[in-house]
Amino acid sequence: MQKTGTLTPVKKGRVNPLREIWDKKFLYLLALPAVLYTFIYGYMTLPYIAIAFEKFNYKTGIRSPFVGLDNFTSFFKSSWAWAVTRNTLVINFLFLIFGTFFAILIALLLNEIRNKPFLKLTQSAMLFPFFISWVIVSYMLQGLLGTANGMINRLIESLGGARINFYSTPSYWYPILLILNIWKNAGYNSIIYLAAITGIDESIYEAAAIDGATRFKRIIYVTLPLLIPTISVLTLMSIGRIFYGDFGMMYAIVRDNASIMPIAEVIDTYVFRTFKNTGNPSLTMAIGLYQSIVGFILVYTSNRIVRRYYPDGALF
Amino acid sequence: MSQINTTVNTSDDLGRSILHMRSTRGERVGSFFIHLFVLLFALACLIPFVMVIVVSFTEEKAITLNGYSLFTTHWSTAAYKMMFGKNSAVPRSYGVTTLATVAGTFIATLITFGAGYTLANKQCRYRNGLSLYFYFTMVFSAGLVPWYMVSKAIGAYDNIWALIIPSLMFSPFNMFLVRNFVNGIPEALNESARIDGAGEMRIAFQIYLPLCKPVLATIVLFYAIGYWNNYFNAVMLITDRKMYPLQMLLFQIQSEITAMSKLMSGAERANPPKEAFKMATSVVTMGPIILLYPFLQKYFVKGMVIGAVKG
Repeated sequence: MQKTGTLTPVKKGRVNPLREIWDKKFLYLLALPAVLYTFIYGYMTLPYIAIAFEKFNYKTGIRSPFVGLDNFTSFFKSSWAWAVTRNTLVINFLFLIFGTFFAILIALLLNEIRNKPFLKLTQSAMLFPFFISWVIVSYMLQGLLGTANGMINRLIESLGGARINFYSTPSYWYPILLILNIWKNAGYNSIIYLAAITGIDESIYEAAAIDGATRFKRIIYVTLPLLIPTISVLTLMSIGRIFYGDFGMMYAIVRDNASIMPIAEVIDTYVFRTFKNTGNPSLTMAIGLYQSIVGFILVYTSNRIVRRYYPDGALF
Repeated sequence: MSQINTTVNTSDDLGRSILHMRSTRGERVGSFFIHLFVLLFALACLIPFVMVIVVSFTEEKAITLNGYSLFTTHWSTAAYKMMFGKNSAVPRSYGVTTLATVAGTFIATLITFGAGYTLANKQCRYRNGLSLYFYFTMVFSAGLVPWYMVSKAIGAYDNIWALIIPSLMFSPFNMFLVRNFVNGIPEALNESARIDGAGEMRIAFQIYLPLCKPVLATIVLFYAIGYWNNYFNAVMLITDRKMYPLQMLLFQIQSEITAMSKLMSGAERANPPKEAFKMATSVVTMGPIILLYPFLQKYFVKGMVIGAVKG
């Protein structure tokens, strides 16, 4: 397309930055609130990292006495360091693998449904949990699993079984957390796969059908291979976030339940609890910095990979 | 095959007719199971909500006797009466959450639109630098302690601002959604407006803002849900119970019920509707989400698709 000349053409080469900003002051003014907000919550927070290497005192603030790596040593010496790292990784891996599987499965199944009203109704139902807060979900879960009044325990009892004390048995909790995650997010996450499937050129299916591929074979040999770029991008993005637990979920569901904490305490909830219980900003900052650094490496690397191989999938 | 060839001429029609050919027995069985699975998953998504609503209207005695259930014969509105009674903190918290959500969403959307528009504007020489400036905060965060200290330092502590400003008021992700959307609008529009003598503010708010309605609807709902469902800010930054948003009140409902039952009289005091109260508060907390659900669904789906495809 022919480029038409702009009224104030953007000149090549160097210009005086102040001149540029003054000339387009209203344009930059529009971005100013976001720039300021990002400065406060993104860049002004950086100097506080120093606290991780100090023995923090509220009087001296950021300029508290330097103690080197003491805070890190005391964290890594505790048994929680490994436990919370492992829990975060295990839980996120479970969510990633099964979450992706179910999201794709639901998208594939929904795509096979020709009955429009049925499709609309079921899809609306599947999306609904996504919008509900984890606090409410935690009460639903108590309503289902509670030892005294829980629906499931009442059912077990009426069938002649003994009640299960879910809230004090850690071994039930990886499956429970996984089911919750799928229940809440699979419907929503399936949207993106469904959109990708809808975008596939129908003539490919026609060609496959002419060659004798059944419906099932068309899914396996046409749909799935064509979904690989979408799956790869989303999986890479999730791997980038693998060091960050879902605080909103985990704290609402697990709360201060000490019996399931050994398997369900993730870095984020542990950071919060350390801050709340010890009131020691230096130790908390050290744990947080450990998460920030490893998290940054993972997020950055995964973003680079996405940008390199799937430029359309990268947001930036 | 020969039959099809005689009735269909073009290869295009052939393909289409093959795709919609009468299904085999195996495919019909498969289709039955597909419908069954989808139906079961959809029901599993809805049943817990039915339970919440039913239990909220159940007599406390019946809950203790029969446990949580999807049916009851002992209906009661005691929990709702208690919730809207004079000792209840729920109405106040409802107000707090509503204020934070409405004000927060409005400010957040405005900020996000401004930044997204500027980043998409070819006139902005530093747009790549600015993108990088925002992008950095998406990949690196210093964590909880600095977040807490900065919030306290700017005065977002134990007041309504603590529920509006920290974390929730601006998301670079949403800004990139706006940027990508504006990038999709032909640049010639900006130029012709400029030639006609419109100023930057006028172009942004009178020309681009209305055009951006679809993406703005999406981010309004993203922000609104973020505000409505947030309890983290309250956990960290609110100590005054009067400033508790709804989700925080719900989170601490056990202590709320204990406090309320102390103020009750006679028979009610002996057996306050604890479980039903929890569920009733959950129901009113979900209320706006249920009411707005058709919009939420429509625009969240759109947002997901805009976010997935780079403009």
